[in-house]
Amino acid sequence: MASSGSGYDLSSSTFSPDGRIFQVEYATKAVENAGPVLGIKCSNGVVLGCAKPINHKMVVATTGSYKRIHTCDTHIGCASTGFLPDARVLVQRLVEESADWQEQYGSKIPPGVLGERLGTYAHYFTLHGALRPFGAAAVIAGYDPDTKECSLQLLEPNGAPYMYYGVATGKGKQAAKTELEKLNLHKAPILAEDAVKQILRILYLLHAEQKDAKPIEIELSWICEASGWTHQGVPKDLLKTSQEWAKEQLEQEEEEGNGRRLN
Amino acid sequence: MALPFKGGVVVCADSRTSTGSYVANRVSDKLVQLSDNIYACRSGSAADTQALTDYVHYYLNSWSLDTGRQPTVKTAAHLMRRLIYNNKDQLQAGVIIAGWDAVHGGSVYTITLGGSCLELPFATGGSGSIFVAGLLDAEFRQEMTQEEARTLAKKACAHAMTRDGSSGGVIRTVAISSEGVDRDYTPGNELPFGPSAPF
Repeated sequence: MASSGSGYDLSSSTFSPDGRIFQVEYATKAVENAGPVLGIKCSNGVVLGCAKPINHKMVVATTGSYKRIHTCDTHIGCASTGFLPDARVLVQRLVEESADWQEQYGSKIPPGVLGERLGTYAHYFTLHGALRPFGAAAVIAGYDPDTKECSLQLLEPNGAPYMYYGVATGKGKQAAKTELEKLNLHKAPILAEDAVKQILRILYLLHAEQKDAKPIEIELSWICEASGWTHQGVPKDLLKTSQEWAKEQLEQEEEEGNGRRLN
Repeated sequence: MALPFKGGVVVCADSRTSTGSYVANRVSDKLVQLSDNIYACRSGSAADTQALTDYVHYYLNSWSLDTGRQPTVKTAAHLMRRLIYNNKDQLQAGVIIAGWDAVHGGSVYTITLGGSCLELPFATGGSGSIFVAGLLDAEFRQEMTQEEARTLAKKACAHAMTRDGSSGGVIRTVAISSEGVDRDYTPGNELPFGPSAPF
C-alpha cells in the first residue's frame, strides 16, 4: 500500500486508520465545486440566495427547470448546492417530513426539528457500504409560527445540521464567509431588506473574483413580514434596486482598492 | 365539561362509572392529565377513552422530547381526533380536550363520536350534558375569573348529576392556567345545586 490512508476510500462503511470516512469528505468536495449559496438570519426574517452558473449559452435558465431554491412548506425554504439531483432528494424529504408532521400534529413542524430529521436521513447514507452520501448541501430557512422565530440551518453531506446567523456554502464559501463575518450578524442582526442587498453584493463579488467565470443567474427568496411569514421569492422591484446597489458598491470598492494600490 | 376563564380553563366532571344499571365505580376520575397543561374529559366507554388518553399522553410526551417545548392544546386535540376518526367503527368515545398553552392561551376542543374536532367557547359532553345546555347558555360569560368559572362548572355539574340517572357521585374540577393546575373535589353530599333542590 502506498500510504497508510490509501485503500480506505471506496466505501463509507469503513473508517481509515486515522479515523476519517473518505467518501463523506469526497461528497463535501462535490459541494465545494458547485455554485455558491448564502443565507442570512435577520432581525425581521431570513433570506436565502444562490448564484447559478449558466453552463451553456442555449440553457433557458429562467424556466424553473434549474431551480436551486425550493419551497418545502409554507414556512420552510431550502437553497441547495452540489449535485442538483441529490439536492432534490433532500428537498423531497423536507416536503414529506413537514407534511407528515402537519398531518400528525395539526401544526407546522418547528424548523429546528425538520433540520434534525433531514440530518438523520442524510447521515443514514454515510453508514452503509451500499449507499453513497449526498453530494449536496441544503441551507434551510424556516419560520416557527408558534414561537414567531426565524431560523437558518446548513445541512452538509455528513448529516450534521447546524444553526447559523449567516452561512455560505458552495464555490467561494471561504470568501463569502469572510464577507458575512464583516456584517457582524451574530451581534447586530440586519434587516431582511438589507440582507437581500448584502447577499447580492457577496454573490457578485464571488463571481467577479472567479477567473474563467460562466455567466450567472441569481435566485433570492425570503421569509419575513412582507412575505406574510411564508417562503417567497424576493419581489422583482426590490431585487432590481438591490442589484443596482450591489453593483454600485462593488464598483466603488474596486475604485478604492485601485486607489490604495496606487498610493 | 370545560369552561374557559381569563387566563385558563376549568375542566369538571362527575364520578359515576356504570355497567348497565350497576354503578361500577362511584368515585372515578374522568379528568386525565395529558401533559403539564392539558387535560382530557372522558365520556363514553371507559375502556376506550382510557386507551385513547394513554396514547395521546404518550404521543404528546414524544412531541415534547422532539421539540423541547410544551405541547399546545390544538396538537393534543388533533392527535385525539386522528385516533378517534381512524378507529371510529370500533370506538365509543366522546372526549373534551382543554388546557392552557403559551401560543393560544386557554382553549377548549371537543371531539365527537364520529371524529370531528371542534374548537368551542366552552364544551359539555356525556349523558348529563343535555340537562345543563340551557343553564350554561344562559350563565356562561367570556373572561370570567377562575373562581366564577369553577363555581359555574360545579353548579352545572350538580344539576346534571341530579337529573341524569347515569351521572352522580362527587364533582372533580381542575383549573388549568399559566400558573399550573389546581385540583378540587366536592363530596356528593355537598353538591351546589339550587336555589331549589327538587330531591
